[in-house]
Amino acid sequence: MFSGASNMAEGVDRAFVFIFSVAAVFIVGISIFMIYTLIHFARKKGKPARQFEGSIKLEILWTVVPLILVMMMFHYGWSGFKNMRKVPADAMNVTAIGRMWQWEFDYGNGMKSKELVLPVNKAVRVNLKSVDVNHSLFIPAFRVKEDVIPGYENYLWFIPTQVGDFEILCTEYCGLLHSSMLSKAVIKEQADYDNWFKTFKASAVKNEPDGYLLMRNTGCFACHSIDGTKLVGPSFKGLFGSQRDVLRGDKKITITADESYIKNSILNPDADVVAGFNKGLMKSYKDILKDADIKTITDYLKTLNQAK
Amino acid sequence: MSNSDSGTYVSYLDYEGKHKGLMGWLLTTDHKRIGLMYLYCVIVFFFVAAIIGELMRIELIAPGETIMKPQTYNGMFTIHGIIMIFVIVIPALPAIFGNFFLPILIGAKDVAFPKLNLFSFYLYLIGAIFGVLSQFIGGGAPDTGWTFYVPYSAESSTNVIYALVAAFILGFSSILTGLNFIVTIHRMRAPGMGWFRMPLFPWSLYATAWIQVLATPIVGITLLMVIAERVLKIGFFDPALGGDPVLYQHLFWIYSHPAVYIMILPAMGIVTEIFPTFSQKPVFGYTAILFSSLAIAFIGYFVWGHHMFTAGISYGSRWFFSFLTFLVAIPSAVKVFNWVSTMYGGSIDLKPPLLFAIFFIFLFMIGGFTGLTLGSVATDIQVHDTAFVVAHFHYIIFGGMGFATFAGIHYWFPKMFGRMYNNTLAYTSSIVLFIGFNMLYFPQFILGIQGMPRRYFDYLPQFQTGQVISTIGGFILFAGLLIMVGNLMWHARRGVQAPANPWNGVTLEWQIPSPPPHENFDEIPEITHAPYLFGTGSDNKTI
Ligand code: HEC
Ligand SMILES: [Cu+2]
Repeated sequence: MFSGASNMAEGVDRAFVFIFSVAAVFIVGISIFMIYTLIHFARKKGKPARQFEGSIKLEILWTVVPLILVMMMFHYGWSGFKNMRKVPADAMNVTAIGRMWQWEFDYGNGMKSKELVLPVNKAVRVNLKSVDVNHSLFIPAFRVKEDVIPGYENYLWFIPTQVGDFEILCTEYCGLLHSSMLSKAVIKEQADYDNWFKTFKASAVKNEPDGYLLMRNTGCFACHSIDGTKLVGPSFKGLFGSQRDVLRGDKKITITADESYIKNSILNPDADVVAGFNKGLMKSYKDILKDADIKTITDYLKTLNQAK
Repeated sequence: MSNSDSGTYVSYLDYEGKHKGLMGWLLTTDHKRIGLMYLYCVIVFFFVAAIIGELMRIELIAPGETIMKPQTYNGMFTIHGIIMIFVIVIPALPAIFGNFFLPILIGAKDVAFPKLNLFSFYLYLIGAIFGVLSQFIGGGAPDTGWTFYVPYSAESSTNVIYALVAAFILGFSSILTGLNFIVTIHRMRAPGMGWFRMPLFPWSLYATAWIQVLATPIVGITLLMVIAERVLKIGFFDPALGGDPVLYQHLFWIYSHPAVYIMILPAMGIVTEIFPTFSQKPVFGYTAILFSSLAIAFIGYFVWGHHMFTAGISYGSRWFFSFLTFLVAIPSAVKVFNWVSTMYGGSIDLKPPLLFAIFFIFLFMIGGFTGLTLGSVATDIQVHDTAFVVAHFHYIIFGGMGFATFAGIHYWFPKMFGRMYNNTLAYTSSIVLFIGFNMLYFPQFILGIQGMPRRYFDYLPQFQTGQVISTIGGFILFAGLLIMVGNLMWHARRGVQAPANPWNGVTLEWQIPSPPPHENFDEIPEITHAPYLFGTGSDNKTI
């Protein structure tokens, strides 16, 4: 089930095999020796303990031999890793954007995909950007992982060597839905990739409404859908103009979702909490979204109503 | 009382000083009573955290939501970690066995600062209570993980501050205990006990105490900085405020890696006492074991970066931290060889404490070698922050420190309570614990290599088999715990009376009655020889 699918796998797996082999020899060997000792030297009348206190020769032996072995382990570990920081000059560039709790892969020029689609046998450098807290991009089949830390420009690179779908996971705890922060690396033959890229480019350039783009870039869709699906927060479908049951403090009230309600929901999310959802999840976007942005978003939300 | 050789004497359990009854415990400055109070607190908190651990295991028996919501799960692994690390494994061994036996083993009547010792205990209690409060007040149980990584811990709306304060206060308690032990060991050894006549458990406490004193303040100030960040919006670590999140990780691990040695060194010290007693033979390589403790404590300061191999730290520092991590493995290996050789040629009596100590060696070896897998950069890239790490540190902390604690309690129980436990139950519990433990944690190595991240409420369907085995192991382990604790609690009052020296040990604690009198020694002993002298062959004392 688990086989390496990138150029990094060989070096990493060799280090695993070496360390685990040495470990197995020692663990089994010492365990057998202990069992032998327990049986052979079990307490018996007329068989007193032998009173010796140590041996310099043995101490040297079992310092030097492990020292040599761990240096070999270090060597395998290092040589398997070395390459991981040396990106070839001709590598293609993709930027992975981590946000609570979804991945997005930016191919430049505003072309963003939810999955990391790549051609097989071509080096790719994935630049890692976080817009909120720490995340970590992990593709187990490729043996690559690097943290995605806000304010840092980390990266990883690899050459995928097999066509197929491979899991992408987040391995740095990032809050509520950390374990749902998944995606896929989709590796295609070059020709298939080129085809995919053509349609991808066309669809990405297709004019999405400003409000949609703004919300996508701000990360609203990690918690809200536009198709009626309930995520962490309520769906935006049919929201505008509807009657909302909300908790204001401890009081249950019903209000109409008009412009000021939307604005208030974005700036003070905990003031009116939609019934059935939790307080404290959505943070205030006070310093992030300007009044004009909120207007753009509201206008877009209105259109979601008409579509219904 | 329970002893014939000293005629009339009052044990520390029955002693009545200025205060009587409950007050005689709560206001005691007797190191033995303080040790027992720590023991009881640790047992209570351990069960709380273990039950939380079991609940997490039940949640993970199937993908998706099983018995709790993600927010609850995140809160649970956070408080499980905080209690286990800060309330149990860091303080437990110095606070329980260190307090109880350090003065006795070096021939002293108490620690150097008995009142400070009691103060440490109350700091510990207050810290632990803050930890509990964090679950019930205001914004909900903290959900940051025990590592409190910024920026998430600066932004989470839960009670992170209570948890930080708890860890801060517990750190202070640890510093004061360490300080007390250092002074005690320097100033209070019995006449004739030169440094190299000191038993090895005190030596391990000595190495530990230096880590407690030198490393803990770093985490203290770091946690305060996070509080300042949350309250005053200062911007040390949170990039949204102009801070540096990787700096936090450095500061956190500069303490928290050496903290691993605070846990494991005294554990190693305990088994080092057990092997010679049950083999009736001196410790093999006294000096090697002693210097390996000091080497671990020293090199252990310089390896923290191995927690950060994927955090984008520089090429050179990855090399440096990986290299030193491999070096720190050597003294641990040396200890294992010396323990095994201590048994070789002995007259071995496989009593429950020795069985636990042997399980300790086995589990510690697995924990150690998987630690090397994490110290090697290439393999760490694959298994960092996965279930492999969870398995590794449970093998070290629970399999190592935990089983050594179980060994220690079965070893010293007759001395502490003046009673014997039931041997059959003790063997049963040790075997059930051993089987349950391996079933619980071994599958997690495999899951981790396959790519199952840690701190995951939900997981991909291909990981379920391993998760189910692990959960079943968790129940077996828990059954083992109940048998063990039940056996000990029941027999602490009702067991048959223990002789002064049930195992024919030679260190000082076995020369005084069980349980010891209030001031340990009627007369401070004169030390004239090395600590582990069993006499030669024929003149061996018999039980
Ligand atoms: C971390 C998850 C999260 C993110 C990100 C998030 N929200 Fe929310 N949002 C929620 C939750 C949960 C609620 C319901 C509880 C409440 O009312 O506070 C909510 C409620 C709302 C509501 C009221 C909805 C209703 O049905 O009455 C609006 C409007 C809203 N969010 C807009 C936004 C916008 C715009 C963004 C992006 C700028 C955003 N949210 C980002 C979680 C989130
Ligand atoms: Cu994440």
